Amino acid sequence: MGQTLSVRQLEAWYGSNKTLKGINMEVASNHVTAIIGPSGCGKSTFVRCINRMHETMPGTKVKGEIVLDGESIYDQDPVALRKMVGMVFQKPNPFPSMSIYENVVAGVRLNGMRNKQNLQGIAEKSLRMAALWDEVKDRLNYSGMSLSGGQQQRLCIARALAVEPSVLLMDEPASALDPIATTHIEELVRQLKEDYTILIVTHNMQQAARIADSTAFFLNGELVEHGATSEIFTNPNDKRTEDYITGRFG
Amino acid sequence: MSKKRILTTSMGDQTLRLLTLLMAVSVLVLMAWMGWQMFDAARLSIQKFGLSFITNRVWDPVKEQFGALPFIYGTLVTSLLALLLAAPIGLGVAIFLNEMAESKFRAVVGFLVEMLAAIPSVVYGLWGIFVLAPWLRETVEPGLAKWLGFIPLFQGTPVGFGMLAGGLILAVMILPTIAAISREVMAAVPNMQREAALALGATKWEMIRVAVLPYAKSGIMGGIMLGLGRALGETMAVTMVIGNRPDILPSLFAPAYSMAAVIANEFTEATYDLYLSALVEIGLILFGITLVLNFFARLLVWSVARGPKGGNVV
Repeated sequence: MGQTLSVRQLEAWYGSNKTLKGINMEVASNHVTAIIGPSGCGKSTFVRCINRMHETMPGTKVKGEIVLDGESIYDQDPVALRKMVGMVFQKPNPFPSMSIYENVVAGVRLNGMRNKQNLQGIAEKSLRMAALWDEVKDRLNYSGMSLSGGQQQRLCIARALAVEPSVLLMDEPASALDPIATTHIEELVRQLKEDYTILIVTHNMQQAARIADSTAFFLNGELVEHGATSEIFTNPNDKRTEDYITGRFG
Repeated sequence: MSKKRILTTSMGDQTLRLLTLLMAVSVLVLMAWMGWQMFDAARLSIQKFGLSFITNRVWDPVKEQFGALPFIYGTLVTSLLALLLAAPIGLGVAIFLNEMAESKFRAVVGFLVEMLAAIPSVVYGLWGIFVLAPWLRETVEPGLAKWLGFIPLFQGTPVGFGMLAGGLILAVMILPTIAAISREVMAAVPNMQREAALALGATKWEMIRVAVLPYAKSGIMGGIMLGLGRALGETMAVTMVIGNRPDILPSLFAPAYSMAAVIANEFTEATYDLYLSALVEIGLILFGITLVLNFFARLLVWSVARGPKGGNVV
């Protein structure tokens, strides 16, 4: 099951550069929430704060509060948190020294699972959820790098799902992919929301309109507007949102 | 006009191609030529002793008895010892500097470690004579004999000058090579790989184990092999601390000799042709060992770097 997230007064810095200026936002469980906005608006930083990945970069700072299922994420060990909040990155990043199978179970193995039968079960289940099983079931021992870009990205999704998180963060997961691979990923996202709370960063507004239940528009480190996707795209409250979605800037 | 221009460019490229080809081939020719010259100069000894030169453990120029085994043994054992000590430490230094240290600290320590490589080997040798050997004789070797004396490697009189000293000094000398190269290849691991591991809930060490080391392993092994190459050929520092006795004793405390050291020490004393020829043959063997080890190292690097691409069984 997915879980709700509430973000309160979140501020984040890269060195002296303040990239998030007090974000307040509620993220519904089992919804796809799209984060849109022009480059440099802080949308990537925002999702990277949710699994505390932002802090792993040198010179960064975070203030504020993020509550996941009633508990502050800053009261938790980041390592434990990241098992509940999975992440898929902009570019597919399978581990090149591992086979497809090893890639999928990499996170589960880190958690101490050694039983081969269980691992195989998890691998199959995760690959099925990522809609990749049929394409790779006969060559699980091949390198993850032998797959196409779109398949690699679905492999990375399977790898994230295998750990059984409740929230899935996706940072422009289709931006490096061709249109057909993008369609696959989008379809997948729509299916996955049954089990997960999904936050997806995208610079592609059509993509947000196609897959997201709600959409948040970020600009210069601030959350301008957050609402049902249909509302945001047809009847935005803020002039800046309207200007952005009608293509006047960005 | 334009036709002429195209012609000149391609002429330039052709010249470049030829010139660089010549340079590339010259390295091969030089190596083959060196090998041949050494073989030629060692012919006398090769004809006289044959294969027994490698298996014979007696080296007695007075009686015209020449066997290279003690030197081969000394070189291999000290180099192996150096590798066993320097590889994990060098890797640890690289991991710390790359993945753990603050950037200011990283720059300073990284620079200092690399400075170790700039110290002339004769200076290492002096340090070995006046600091390392006495310390081994008075503190380390008696301690090892007391606690690990049941292993033949750590039995016998603590002399200070011997294989342990040789191995240790080589370890210090090859450490910067291994550390610097490992650090460089680890720095080349894309951050995406680290984040992939962290996002799965990896701890720092798990991230290093899952994402950094496998990605960098062929480069790290290359660095270790470069270190081994240096250890095999190192002459000055080793000869100053190894004890220079052509003998094969099980104890690491015992004095020994290395191939490079015997060539350097006895070359000027080689008063007759067979003696000189035997020394050259040792050089030839050292040359051969280095080539063979490098070949296997390449093979090893190639086989681990290949990964699971072709459908290897998990």
